[in-house]
Amino acid sequence: MDRTPAARARGITKAFGDVVALDGVDLDVASGQIHGLVGPNGAGKTTLLGLLLGLAVADGGSLEILGTPVGRTLAVPEGVAGFVDGPGLYPSLSARQNLSALASLRRYDADSTAGVDEALEQVGLTDVADDRVRGFSLGMRQRLGLAAALLTAPRLLVLDEPANGLDPAGKHHVHRVLTRLAAEGTAVVLSSHRMDDLAALCSEVTLLATGRVVFSGPLSKLAAESGELDYRLVTSDPEAARRLASETPGLRVVSGSEHGQRLDADVVVRGPVPAVDELVVRLVHAGVALRELGPVVTPLEAAFLALTGTGTVPAKTDQENL
Amino acid sequence: MTATVTQPRAAARPAPVLHGYRFELVKLLSQWRIRLLLLACWIGPAGFVAAVSLQSSLPADTVFGRLMNATGWAGSLVVLDFSCTWALPLLTALVAGDVFAVEDRLGTWRHLLVAVRSPQRIFMAKTLASLTVILLLVVGLTASGIAGGLAAVGNRPLVGLDGHLLAPADAVGKVLLAWACALAPTLAFAAVGLLGSVALGRSPMGLLIPVLLALALQLVQLLPLPVAVQLALPSHAFLAWRGLFTSPAQTGPLLIGLVVSLVWAVVATALAYRLFLRRDFTDLTYEGSGRRVLVTGALPLAALVAVAIGVIAVATPATGSGIEKGKLQDSLATVYGHLYRLQTQELHRPDVTEAQLQAAATCDKGDSQVSDEGPGNDWRCVVTWRLPGATAVGNAIYQLDVTADGRYVADGDGPKEVNGYFQVRTPNGDAPNPLWQFDGNVDLLTSTTKE
Repeated sequence: MDRTPAARARGITKAFGDVVALDGVDLDVASGQIHGLVGPNGAGKTTLLGLLLGLAVADGGSLEILGTPVGRTLAVPEGVAGFVDGPGLYPSLSARQNLSALASLRRYDADSTAGVDEALEQVGLTDVADDRVRGFSLGMRQRLGLAAALLTAPRLLVLDEPANGLDPAGKHHVHRVLTRLAAEGTAVVLSSHRMDDLAALCSEVTLLATGRVVFSGPLSKLAAESGELDYRLVTSDPEAARRLASETPGLRVVSGSEHGQRLDADVVVRGPVPAVDELVVRLVHAGVALRELGPVVTPLEAAFLALTGTGTVPAKTDQENL
Repeated sequence: MTATVTQPRAAARPAPVLHGYRFELVKLLSQWRIRLLLLACWIGPAGFVAAVSLQSSLPADTVFGRLMNATGWAGSLVVLDFSCTWALPLLTALVAGDVFAVEDRLGTWRHLLVAVRSPQRIFMAKTLASLTVILLLVVGLTASGIAGGLAAVGNRPLVGLDGHLLAPADAVGKVLLAWACALAPTLAFAAVGLLGSVALGRSPMGLLIPVLLALALQLVQLLPLPVAVQLALPSHAFLAWRGLFTSPAQTGPLLIGLVVSLVWAVVATALAYRLFLRRDFTDLTYEGSGRRVLVTGALPLAALVAVAIGVIAVATPATGSGIEKGKLQDSLATVYGHLYRLQTQELHRPDVTEAQLQAAATCDKGDSQVSDEGPGNDWRCVVTWRLPGATAVGNAIYQLDVTADGRYVADGDGPKEVNGYFQVRTPNGDAPNPLWQFDGNVDLLTSTTKE
């Protein structure tokens, strides 16, 4: 596998007038890695993806794409494909025409129709290949955008919210394609607000907030940043469960309304994993049946909320995380 | 920071212009609006010309309109005159005025840039594709108008704007040349459309700019402006093609009009190109900028008009409105001489030559308080002529409506048996007396000493 980093950014800055979109961003994406880019709206994700695609140039810092230093002029290095802010598709053309035109532009020295059918098949759009894109749903457009990116056999694939609007079948198609690409050595950088997608696909994530990196590393490490989580328990005796939870060292019973809890049968507790384990033991000893136990928000989501300061979970400061 | 030792790799090669051009053409031709336009331009004029040519009431307000049932070539020229007024600016607006803006509306700029990898080539491809579609539309208008006229009326001689007869073989050349001349101002309007499309993004104002410009220029051309100003306008060639239908052809205003139009096309395209390359495509909410349009588009083009006025004023004999008493008298006498011969033939009288007729005209504008110069519908002229062997001098009176572009309509005011209304039996059916009402055209640039 190619050892050259697919993307390497150091101290990237980018401003639009008075608005600082990126402020000293570092990014490392290895070949064969699916790298997630997360952050609240306005964090600078799309701007960073645009820089990777060569749609804009950074005001400061250095950026290397597939081993090529990116200069101060707009240029897309060979081997980079993808889309930001949705795939660019022409509604008056069919899916096949959209891809054929793109193939003609990107691989002008080869048969422009080669690979089009294969790309459509990979994303599950073969049946609608000759339909005009005007009638496509959001999910179908996303998949066609991915097919367009696949046409060029990219070594760095940049995708902005690729799971947007996808139904379960479409999501399955996209996940399968991305996983296969990564296995073949393609680096994939994708942004998403869906933590389940990131958990299913990404080996590493970079978390942006107000143009700065507040976390970068493996998903497991991000989950650890979540601190104490809230857990929801469904038991046969909620009153007894609340009493036992309040007696368990390190655990606090949290008001269910804080998480929109509506059922009296639910008990929400906050504390470290060992304390939750102890509560489970006590429940069993007390003869209270435990029917469900799980975090109210996933560790990744909790970490996201904590690190970006957008949630109710106590957040660490940026400096603490870095 | 640890430096990474890397082997520099060249950026991906941009897509060839030909491939981008083909893609842009496919995109344009896949739009229903463009398809409908093509259909309308290739079928509409034929139907219009065929239908109108068979009517007894003809569009006499339009140049050559009164000849539509006399020759098949007049129909195409009526279509040309109408196109120059409305259709061509509108077509350029709908095609060139939207070719960049459509990417803003669809949000496809980033996709296109990633695919083509060269803003320069995107500009070239879009420009060439939109010009190709405009050319297809113009060719359609030309062919359709000619086909409709020939099918409905036939391949007959055309009476020129100085009254001389153009044989069908000459008429086809002149008609095609006139349409070709109209391409130059069409290019100028297309370039303005490109500029508006680039400058104003998804704003509908970009689409309207060529039409608004055409409307403004038409209003200006109605005014009795100095001839140097008229010739310096990019739309003048939309009128100057009429000079091809006199003998000798009035080439001065036409050539100046063509040059001015082409300079406009180049300058407006260059402005659009510069603006396009400076655009930040990461701004998805780009709505264009009124200030940007003013500074980068309107001001340079206004400066171009000023320069053109100065150059034309210095380099040509253009003075005043270009419509002078002497020129009008010469033109009217010439037309009258030619049409008198035509009338003679149609009435089966002995042929006379223009030299034998010695036609002359005396014109006067308004009353004595008004200077005999400039456009207006208050010109009154008396034409005199002689017949071989006769001592008497014939007189015919005409009321002339002269417009600022040099075109005039002469309306016979008697005596009735000379230039009044009566039907003449011709081999192709009854036709109005050719001396009753006719069109003429004054060369705005030439100067005359004859009064």
